[in-house]
Amino acid sequence: MDLFEYQGKQYFARFGIPVSPGGVASTVDEAVALSERLGYPVVIKAQVQVGGRGKAGGIKLAADAGEAREHASAILGMDIKGHVVRAVWVERASDIAKEYYASFTLDRGAKAHLAMVSARGGVDIEQVAAEDPAAIARLHVDPFLGFSPEQAHELVARAGLDDEAAEGAADVLVKLYRCFVEGDADLVEVNPLVLTPDGRVHALDAKVTLDDNAAFRHPEWEEFAGTVELDERERMARKMGLQYVGLDGFVGIIANGAGLAMSTCDVVNQVGGMPANFLDIGGGASAEVMANALEVISSDTNVRSIFVNIFGGITRGEEVANGIVTALGRVDITVPMVIRLDGTNAAQGREILRSVESGKVISSPNMMDAARRAVALAGGVQK
Amino acid sequence: MSIFVDERTKVVVHGLTGGQARFHGLRNRDYGTKVVAGVNPAKGGQDVEGIPIFANAAEAREATGANASFISVPPKAAPGSVLEAAAAGMEIIVCITEGIPAQDEARVYSELRHNYPAARLIGPNCPGVISPGKCNIGITAGEIALAGGPVGIVSRSGTLTYQALYELKQMGIGVTTCVGIGGDPVPGTTFVDCLAAFEADPDTKAVMMIGEIGGTEEEKAAAFIAERVSKPVVCYIAGVTAPPGRRMGHAGAIISGNKGTAKAKMDDLAAAGARVASNPTEAGEIMAEVVKAL
Repeated sequence: MDLFEYQGKQYFARFGIPVSPGGVASTVDEAVALSERLGYPVVIKAQVQVGGRGKAGGIKLAADAGEAREHASAILGMDIKGHVVRAVWVERASDIAKEYYASFTLDRGAKAHLAMVSARGGVDIEQVAAEDPAAIARLHVDPFLGFSPEQAHELVARAGLDDEAAEGAADVLVKLYRCFVEGDADLVEVNPLVLTPDGRVHALDAKVTLDDNAAFRHPEWEEFAGTVELDERERMARKMGLQYVGLDGFVGIIANGAGLAMSTCDVVNQVGGMPANFLDIGGGASAEVMANALEVISSDTNVRSIFVNIFGGITRGEEVANGIVTALGRVDITVPMVIRLDGTNAAQGREILRSVESGKVISSPNMMDAARRAVALAGGVQK
Repeated sequence: MSIFVDERTKVVVHGLTGGQARFHGLRNRDYGTKVVAGVNPAKGGQDVEGIPIFANAAEAREATGANASFISVPPKAAPGSVLEAAAAGMEIIVCITEGIPAQDEARVYSELRHNYPAARLIGPNCPGVISPGKCNIGITAGEIALAGGPVGIVSRSGTLTYQALYELKQMGIGVTTCVGIGGDPVPGTTFVDCLAAFEADPDTKAVMMIGEIGGTEEEKAAAFIAERVSKPVVCYIAGVTAPPGRRMGHAGAIISGNKGTAKAKMDDLAAAGARVASNPTEAGEIMAEVVKAL
């Protein structure tokens, strides 16, 4: 789960990481009232989960109430790369002497945490990484041993941060690591981490991705869940407990297991079709789960055919087939559907499917053949 | 022969007294796996269908000579169970639990390396390991696998593993061992670990490897194949058309660079001399050709 900047800053604050005083506003009047309370100058920042909002005009400095009103009006409702701005973060403007970069994430390849610090913050860090990789100091942290203040100081020194920032930056790094580990984040990133002219170091931005698997021990995450940016169908699927990702194509996909679902998208593409979605119904394939999946997919008007690809392991073929038959009785499907059922007791399952087969509901035991049929029924290969 | 588990493997099932653990543990026993004990801190001294229950893994090992643990307890409890099994001296720890927090996974992996280097963790979030006809630990339906070899399978994906086993069986091709390593960020056992074990196993003559987008384990496997694997390897990588996965912010993009896409993985594997299939069915067909030519 990605947090908005304002949520990330509030999360940082829980771990003692210094952030500018500020607040979140969803209306122009709220933004102006906040500005008045914080004292000018203030910065008004669009809350969207996409980079480049500064360039898009989503971050403005306001010197008085008039400017605060003007900028808040312009930014609220603004469309930044397809993301509509529904809230702004208003904070007291900081005097900035230097801008740095700091982050912690998991390096899967190294099976360790990775800390990265750079003296070149405030700009696109990926560009820095590409043009001048040496400008980013990296350190692998053993997740069992943890991250020590000594390592923090070493990293700050290697990154070439200014002397007057060293103490403050090392302190922020230690707290940021605690936020990363105890806060169950997949990523914590500060860009820029700023040094003020009077020698203080604090986080001017916050990018936090929380690990959904850890939600069971973070009841405080409840408040973030409601603001997750999902389209309507993704929201619907999530409520039903289905793993759904919308895509741009026209063949609806239902499969059991993430690997098989991905593979199903691939074969549809190989035979000239385009998958409309990725949908993993998980291990079992009960009537209820299948009906839910069909409901989600048939609400997508781009879908012109549906490819159901189920491999029975412990869930036997006849159980899967009964589930499909029951689901078809519950959900009104208007587009043609191809079912590939294989694995344990597949023959019995296919026998059961005969009762629902028609010109619009076809069963094929072979994955490639089923993919070809699904694409043909969708009106053929997309040019 | 086989790798990791065989007819001598004695398994302790954590949480055998209820839920998923009971269901899968008893299925594994029905398959012929030597399920010698169960663990439940509150129910030591009881039994489940004749299988004795002990208060902890150490007692179970002491009393039964068990050398493997099967863990399918909920995510909250799984990290503790893995460490308990390792502390008890289990050589093989199969953890199928899905949804373990990444921080726990990374910490447990690292702790195993520091304190219990002899323990091999398979998983988490995997279907388990099966040496057909000898031992099945996990949730693979044993009946879809043909015993005997000459193929070894290693896979990151559950359903695609089942499909591979099933397709090989349809063609009369047996399997020495099939290892589901799982798709989580920090797997205990990697492709490279399995490739090395299959290379050393005289009965395994060819290896099927099933990967997915994300991470860099397939790329590492490719490098290992090029240098150290003499046996033919057939690969399939799922996710060619998957949308660029949820990007882990800029930091994630910097680590992975161009790596992690299905295309990059397939190119690396092909360059390493592996045969790369474009779909699961083709992977089975190519393996049939390979086996015929052995």
